[in-house]
Amino acid sequence: MAHVSDLAEEKTTSVLSSSKIVTLRIARYNPNVDSTTKFAEYKVPVEKWTTVLDVILDVKKHFDHSIAVRYSCRQATCGSCGMIINGRPRLACFTKVSELDSDVITVQPMHNFPIIRDLAVKFERLFESHQKIKPYIIREDTEPALDTRDILQTPEELEEFIQFSNCIKCGLCNSACPTMATDSSFVGPQALAQAYRYVADSRDNGKNSRLKIIDDSHGIWRCHFAGSCSQVCPKGVDPAMGIQLLRGYMLGFS
Amino acid sequence: MKDENKEGIGGMANPGRYGIERIAYWLMRLTGLGLLGYFIAHIYETSSILQGKMGWDEFLELTQTTEGHLFLTLVIGMCVFHTVNGIRIMLGHGGVGVGKPGRPDYPYTPASQNARHKIGIYTAIVLAAIAMMYGMAVMFGE
Ligand code: SF4
Ligand code: FES
Repeated sequence: MAHVSDLAEEKTTSVLSSSKIVTLRIARYNPNVDSTTKFAEYKVPVEKWTTVLDVILDVKKHFDHSIAVRYSCRQATCGSCGMIINGRPRLACFTKVSELDSDVITVQPMHNFPIIRDLAVKFERLFESHQKIKPYIIREDTEPALDTRDILQTPEELEEFIQFSNCIKCGLCNSACPTMATDSSFVGPQALAQAYRYVADSRDNGKNSRLKIIDDSHGIWRCHFAGSCSQVCPKGVDPAMGIQLLRGYMLGFS
Repeated sequence: MKDENKEGIGGMANPGRYGIERIAYWLMRLTGLGLLGYFIAHIYETSSILQGKMGWDEFLELTQTTEGHLFLTLVIGMCVFHTVNGIRIMLGHGGVGVGKPGRPDYPYTPASQNARHKIGIYTAIVLAAIAMMYGMAVMFGE
């Protein structure tokens, strides 16, 4: 097992003032070469503000630059760094080591997404499903063509969907979903919640075409309201709520 | 499965990580399968009437054993849980009691995973337990 602190010349200030050492276990798997996943272990110093992404990047910098991990914004905005951290889907940049309450951090690629390598997964299916539900306002006219120039909305109308527009397409909900665990054709909580986002938008006139897409054997009816998607969503989107409200709308409840 | 990296049945059934709602999901599936199994067994059992009174009585005796009583107790529990939790789920599916959209604040406690639904789940479990105890008292108290 390797230690980051062995590499004196690479030490940063935060490493020197470190108060705790944790073990990071990273799932290593290259589908083109490996038949099974192996775990590489590293001892890493952490502070109370250190995030899991910081720890992974520390290891990548000091021990093994070949570790594949996707990230960009480091502030829970781009949705790139989703992974399974100690058994639950989380954003690595938004998860502090201190909140995990464990000296061992195990990171694995998100479930229900094909693996590119190590922690990096393919997002194609998520984006395809997202695109499929027509994630845009559908109407005949356009704002410039209207006399008023604006398509106005009341604050109450805005409240109906604003929560769902917080989605950063990180895929954590799809990774936690028990239906996605067995059905790769399921449209998934991310896309269904986005379908509701547009259906609930008072400016949208495309409900019928959108609902036709999700009223499918692998569509909304496959959701059994386990709620795991909402429990892991890092942006408070609450996809389970959106899906049930959408189904209620389709069933004529609301 | 490895290519897709799907979590599979094990992940679907693993009830430990996502709170009582995921346990309820898992129990709902399990009791659903159990009741389907019972339904098939029940059709088989009642078909024994075609063999006349003797055949019918012989088959019925199976349920008069300790194992038979335990099996029926389980069926009672499955039936009550599936019914009560099913009502909760059906209301949820209609968008009833799942909260109202708003502007969530950190730490983003999801409104759909609210106390009403949790109480519904615990009620289903407690009622199933009471029904099982009552069933046992009736069957074993004979
Ligand atoms: S709904 Fe939440 S968990 Fe799902 S993709 Fe959007 S932000 Fe991520
Ligand atoms: S790096 Fe952008 S969400 Fe984590």
